[in-house]
Amino acid sequence: MWFFIVRRVLYAVPILLGVSMVVFVLMKMVPGDAADIMIPPEAPKEVADMIRARFGLDQPAHIQYLRWLQAMASGDLGTSIFTNQPVAEELFGALANTMKIALPAVFLGFSLGVLLGALAAYYNGSWLDKLFSGVAIAGVSLPHYWVGMVLVAIFAVSLNILPGQGMGPEGFPTTWEHIQHLILPVVTLSLIPMGVISRLVRANVLEIRSMEFVSALQAKGLRGPRVLLHIMKNAAPSALALMGLQFGYLLGGSILVETVFNWPGSGSLLNLAIFRRDIPVLSATILVLATIFVVINILVDVLQALIDPRIRR
Amino acid sequence: MSADVLLEVYALRRYFPIRGGLLQRQVATVQAVDDISFAVRRGETLGIVGESGCGKSTTARLLIHLLEADAGTITLEGRAIGDASGLTAREFRRQVQMVFQDSYSSLNPRCTIEDTIAYGPTVHGLSWSAARTRARSLLGKVGLDPELFATRYPHELSGGQRQRVNIARALALEPRVIVLDEPVSALDKSVEAQVLNLLVDLKNELGLTYVFISHDLNVVQYISDRVLVMYLGKIVEVGPVDSIYGNPRHPYTRALLGAMPSMDPDNRGKQATLTGDPPNPINPPPGCRFHTRCAHAEMCCSTREPKLAANTGTGNPTGDHLAACHMLIPGSGHSAAPAAAA
Amino acid sequence: MATQDTIVVPTPDAVRRAEAGKGYWTRVRERLLADRVTLAVMILLACIVLMAVAAPLFATHDPLASSVLARLKSPGYNGHWLGTDEVGRDLYSRILYGGRLSLLCGVAPVAFALLIGGSLGLLAGYSGGMINSLIMRSMDILYAFPSILLAIAICGMLGSGLGNTILALTITFIPPIVRISETVTTQVRSAEFVEAARASGARPASIIRFHILNNVLGPILVYATSLISISIILAAGLSFLGLGVTPPDAEWGLMLNNLRQAIWVNPLVAALPGAMIFITSMCFNLTSDGLRTAMDVRI
Repeated sequence: MWFFIVRRVLYAVPILLGVSMVVFVLMKMVPGDAADIMIPPEAPKEVADMIRARFGLDQPAHIQYLRWLQAMASGDLGTSIFTNQPVAEELFGALANTMKIALPAVFLGFSLGVLLGALAAYYNGSWLDKLFSGVAIAGVSLPHYWVGMVLVAIFAVSLNILPGQGMGPEGFPTTWEHIQHLILPVVTLSLIPMGVISRLVRANVLEIRSMEFVSALQAKGLRGPRVLLHIMKNAAPSALALMGLQFGYLLGGSILVETVFNWPGSGSLLNLAIFRRDIPVLSATILVLATIFVVINILVDVLQALIDPRIRR
Repeated sequence: MSADVLLEVYALRRYFPIRGGLLQRQVATVQAVDDISFAVRRGETLGIVGESGCGKSTTARLLIHLLEADAGTITLEGRAIGDASGLTAREFRRQVQMVFQDSYSSLNPRCTIEDTIAYGPTVHGLSWSAARTRARSLLGKVGLDPELFATRYPHELSGGQRQRVNIARALALEPRVIVLDEPVSALDKSVEAQVLNLLVDLKNELGLTYVFISHDLNVVQYISDRVLVMYLGKIVEVGPVDSIYGNPRHPYTRALLGAMPSMDPDNRGKQATLTGDPPNPINPPPGCRFHTRCAHAEMCCSTREPKLAANTGTGNPTGDHLAACHMLIPGSGHSAAPAAAA
Repeated sequence: MATQDTIVVPTPDAVRRAEAGKGYWTRVRERLLADRVTLAVMILLACIVLMAVAAPLFATHDPLASSVLARLKSPGYNGHWLGTDEVGRDLYSRILYGGRLSLLCGVAPVAFALLIGGSLGLLAGYSGGMINSLIMRSMDILYAFPSILLAIAICGMLGSGLGNTILALTITFIPPIVRISETVTTQVRSAEFVEAARASGARPASIIRFHILNNVLGPILVYATSLISISIILAAGLSFLGLGVTPPDAEWGLMLNNLRQAIWVNPLVAALPGAMIFITSMCFNLTSDGLRTAMDVRI
């Protein structure tokens, strides 16, 4: 088992290096460099060159990459061109805000997904199955940013019972006002995990149900729900793994929903950085989000191996 | 005798690495086929028997050059593959074909029967229409009506019919040797007999040479002229079929035959049958590989490896029945061995 | 794979001949035609595509003609079947024209990714060994980005525009397609019929063309169809963020973005482009499901 974990972690090193290279290459493909954005066009050439030299932009690409990587690895994520604030501060504040909606969303999506998937498979072929499968496929086909808009139109504009914008007051979400602000974004974000997980669970349960050990359980006289329990035990590892991956996707992919709800999370930060052409913020955010995704992947693999001994090798 | 040799295998070896650990380093090797030599004579059927994992299938894949050997040579009529003066792999493959065990996965599910058979000849330059004509006539030869079967797909056929198609495909290149890897073991007993009879008829009609691999001793006895017994990647005994079945010389062969259900009630259960599984081929025991399960094992068996040899004398007047056992080698140090020749 | 012999009931030759020789794709087509839901969905999809491609024929107004007087009107207003947008352009006509770009952004990246990723996966799966490791490990790097993040990163760095959108989505979809085609190719490659082909002396190119491709194509196509659905959502999402197609071109995501503020005024009109994205994406997903079921004839 330790072997497995160590190998899995070691394997992440070349992946992360590759990820950093991709981000760096993208950064270098931006038309013009960071200096072009900082330096006013009317500035004399000597000043421009001085600024370039100060930021190391006159060095060859591979030196720039190594310096950048060194800075990133030591936790110095750079300084925003626009606000002159350290990127790390802004980024981790934003990430915390994203967590506030991503965590509940993934749990909601997981619970609903498992429930719908298991029931659909259990009543395979019935109208209930068709209904739940339809809900699941709609969940993966819906443009969730649009769902967000529609929910805002219904609950904030027409009914006026829930806030449609922003996060409410500062602080850890404890009061009803906080929770009110959470409801719409969380429901919106939970749609994709719900659809994906319920489709997987349905397929898995159907497959496991046709295995011989299930017939043996039934032959022993076990009733329907208890049999389903045995089946779910076998379907659980892959559903849990998918939940972990979906959480990673939500962290990196909540940008659209955050834009709709004006939620000050990592997605909004990314969006802002793109429009301000704030390359340090942009590249650091992408790198950090991808790193988190890689770490989540490792955790998922290790957890899965803990639950399911067949995966270990 | 040697003029009759069509296919000769000399010191053939194939190991498979086992990787593991942190960096996927090679931690062990499976000695799937370890230094075996034998000859297949023109027009004969050589049966190869042994338990699962003894290297039968690896030998088959080496014989048709699907696997590269680590060491050793395979020669067809004295011409080695790969030599400057010898055969190209492509030409060798045309002359030595194979019928696979799993009649289902050995046919492309997306191709008609006709195209499956015709594919081989087109590879060697025949036009598709000519190859299809040949395919249809071969279908007739293996007992399938071309009108009915040519344009069908594998899933529309029964196991026996599919195996006939496999045979037709092997014949399509007009080979001289056909390696049959467990060709009937997935079939029902009644179908098995039909396919075996078809194989015998085809061999006589086309002058083929067979290498017939099976774990079924009855089938091997029925179809073979000579039999080769393998154990853990080694040949333990080889000889004419009647001599092997009537007078087995190696304890392993005797045990195998002893485990064979007999038709005669009085004949049952006299021989010591095999107990336990074959040792792990990853770390085969030193000396004679069979000594861990052999009732007659002594000191010398676990230290020195017995050579495959004729050892004429004890019940082997002609000298074409070879076995690898210390009990047969004069002066081997085994208590049952004949005295060293003066 | 069980090799169970079926009991052959003797039938007259004529009947057997009529049933014989039905190829895999013939059977898939028959099963598709028998599946009414999928058939209906595919017809709907064909209508959407047709109306988008032949937008000038179906449009009632100029999609770019604005009118200050007729802003954000409800469906049915003065000959505007679906109402008007925030600058008074006819929504029905804009949805038709918008479908062109939205479908293009949905299909083109998947098609390119299919071509590039499919070939890479075939190569990796068939060659194995070092080549496989090289290709698959590079894909792992791209896999380390959540798909939408990768698309946004590329578009965000390179700038908006149709070309960059398609490029970004193509790069995003290459890794999953490589992965699936490598998996299927590896499976098929170890089948005995491929060994038999090698044993007959065939060269790799011939084996891939004749034996691998026709077994691998089905699963990859099914997967690609479901990717189109994601691609449409993502492409519209990029436009929604202002990273995709640039105004004044009509595109569903961009229209949704422009109408965002209108949700406070006329929610129904504002929601329409999103409904189109949803319906089209759903159609591709259902088609993919139908295809999968129809192709799930045992190999």
